[in-house]
Amino acid sequence: MGKTIAEKIFEAHTVDSLAGDITVIGLDAVFCHEITTPIAINDLMARGKDRVFDTSKIKAVIDHVTPAKDSKTAMQGKILRDWAQRHNIKDFFDIGRNGVCHAIFPEKGFVRPGYTIIMGDSHTCTHGAFGAFAAGVGTTDLEVGILKGVCRFKSPKSMKVAISGTLVPGVYAKDVILSIIKIIGVNGATDRVMEFSGPVVDRMSMEERMTLCNMAVEAGATSGICAPDMVTVDYLWEFIKEEYPSRQAALEAFQAFTPDGDAVYSDTVEVDVADLVPQVTFGFKPDQVRPVSEMEGTKIDQVYIGSCTNGRLDDLRIAASLLEDKRISPKVRAIVSPATPDIFSRALDEGLIKIFMDAGFCVTNPTCGACLGMSTGVLANGEVCASTTNRNFNGRMGKGGMVHLMSPATAAASAVAGTITNSEIFCDKGERR
Amino acid sequence: MKNFSGRVLFLDRSDINTDEIIPAKYLTESSKEALKPYLLEDLNLDGFDPKADIRDRAIVVTRTNFGCGSSREHAPWAFEVNNINMVIASGFARIFRQNMFNCGMMAVELDPGTIDHLFKRYGGGETVITTDFDSMLFTVSDDKGTETLPFQVSDFDLAIVRAGGWVDYADKHY
Ligand code: SF4
Repeated sequence: MGKTIAEKIFEAHTVDSLAGDITVIGLDAVFCHEITTPIAINDLMARGKDRVFDTSKIKAVIDHVTPAKDSKTAMQGKILRDWAQRHNIKDFFDIGRNGVCHAIFPEKGFVRPGYTIIMGDSHTCTHGAFGAFAAGVGTTDLEVGILKGVCRFKSPKSMKVAISGTLVPGVYAKDVILSIIKIIGVNGATDRVMEFSGPVVDRMSMEERMTLCNMAVEAGATSGICAPDMVTVDYLWEFIKEEYPSRQAALEAFQAFTPDGDAVYSDTVEVDVADLVPQVTFGFKPDQVRPVSEMEGTKIDQVYIGSCTNGRLDDLRIAASLLEDKRISPKVRAIVSPATPDIFSRALDEGLIKIFMDAGFCVTNPTCGACLGMSTGVLANGEVCASTTNRNFNGRMGKGGMVHLMSPATAAASAVAGTITNSEIFCDKGERR
Repeated sequence: MKNFSGRVLFLDRSDINTDEIIPAKYLTESSKEALKPYLLEDLNLDGFDPKADIRDRAIVVTRTNFGCGSSREHAPWAFEVNNINMVIASGFARIFRQNMFNCGMMAVELDPGTIDHLFKRYGGGETVITTDFDSMLFTVSDDKGTETLPFQVSDFDLAIVRAGGWVDYADKHY
């Protein structure tokens, strides 16, 4: 019987099989940030188990609230920093070198096809874009990961998500994943891995695949995953060129983590995106999704471009292309948070930061910031945000605030219009308006 | 082992997420106890008063996809410090479910029909559930009567509930 990507990765990493179809797997990487890791560290210390299984496999970053905004967040950063120093964790990214975890770790080449990765963060599923099994876990699982390099999962079932068609201009990976979550619902992929495939995925860049996988958890999935291909090899080549004689050789090695033709899936969703139009959420659940045209004119107070979903260079390029020589509406305020220092620096080199500033955006340092309503752009009660992030829960960006999730193009166009609106890249197509 | 018997808090909604259980702004707290006043503060449920309604409750009964959203273990902890150690639902988000057992707490799944029955028969009233692990039975009672309902939890999950959590188990075995 053929195997899915997740089954192949599990097979290669099984440490123990427990009753109830539970597998304990060995981990290739444990990622850490300053919100969920300090409690794990404190608990390990309290248990007299302040150890790490392998310093080279632990990567840590301060990203959620940075620079610290008060004494409590300063202490969270300090606990992580002191721990990283104590255990000689070299891949620790502190202020000045820090960025959003799910953007900076792939950028540094820490994610490889076939890897198993956990982090105390639900959007860890992002890294499945590389053909890795990457899952968010709670503090206790993180603790055990740090201590022993293992984690337990129900043996994964996979949902095949086959995406066909051609995206029209102005429609992006974000619109695709929002439309899929709309179809299957916030609970539609619980306890399963969403395996994305099809010609649309094949044509996507790694950044777009990360946007797709990032939101798998919003449908309840354990992880999203894409089969590794030449796009994956090209992205990683700089980091792996010492390990393989050629890109072709790397591709052949990575093929161990592509699905078999006769792999068995728990369910299959087929999506044709040829007629897909830009999408936006309208409620407090990520499956409450509508075409932007049906939300046109909705009042907004703030626009936010950033996060692990859509704060990468391509996202900034798309938004900037719509903002060039324009000003945001005087009725709104707008914030852009490039996801990593490298993205920020390239955006500077390309003149994107100047475009954002001339348009009236506030440009922040790389951070999660407003995405989870803890700093750099918290909403007031009753305010509405047009956001490129991934979660629209009640109060997510500030108590009493409403979040509309959308692509960077839709967010930029909405900033200029002052209300939710379709981007002109899409509208220029004329007939679809 | 923790206490798994007591008065029931009925939450008649699906997809109750972790931000509703404990909002992100409290993630900077460094002790579990500090979360106590904020449990279900942002719950979107008509007529729900977090301060009054969770008082003296030990068990939550709710619908499906409970605990969806973030990976924060603060969600189980916020229940734990309020002496609520068990959630009974027709479905859970994966991470929340595993976090509950990792903390030595219980997330018990019953089929949607049974959950529906519990809401129809008991919802809104004074209801007590007692848990018997030997016979794997819940006894549900209110002033009008009593019934028993079988439940299932895997041997492994039960083992870590009895052991008080996953850390010591894993450190010993791997
Ligand atoms: S950007 Fe938002 S969703 Fe992504 S890791 Fe940070 S807080 Fe979580």
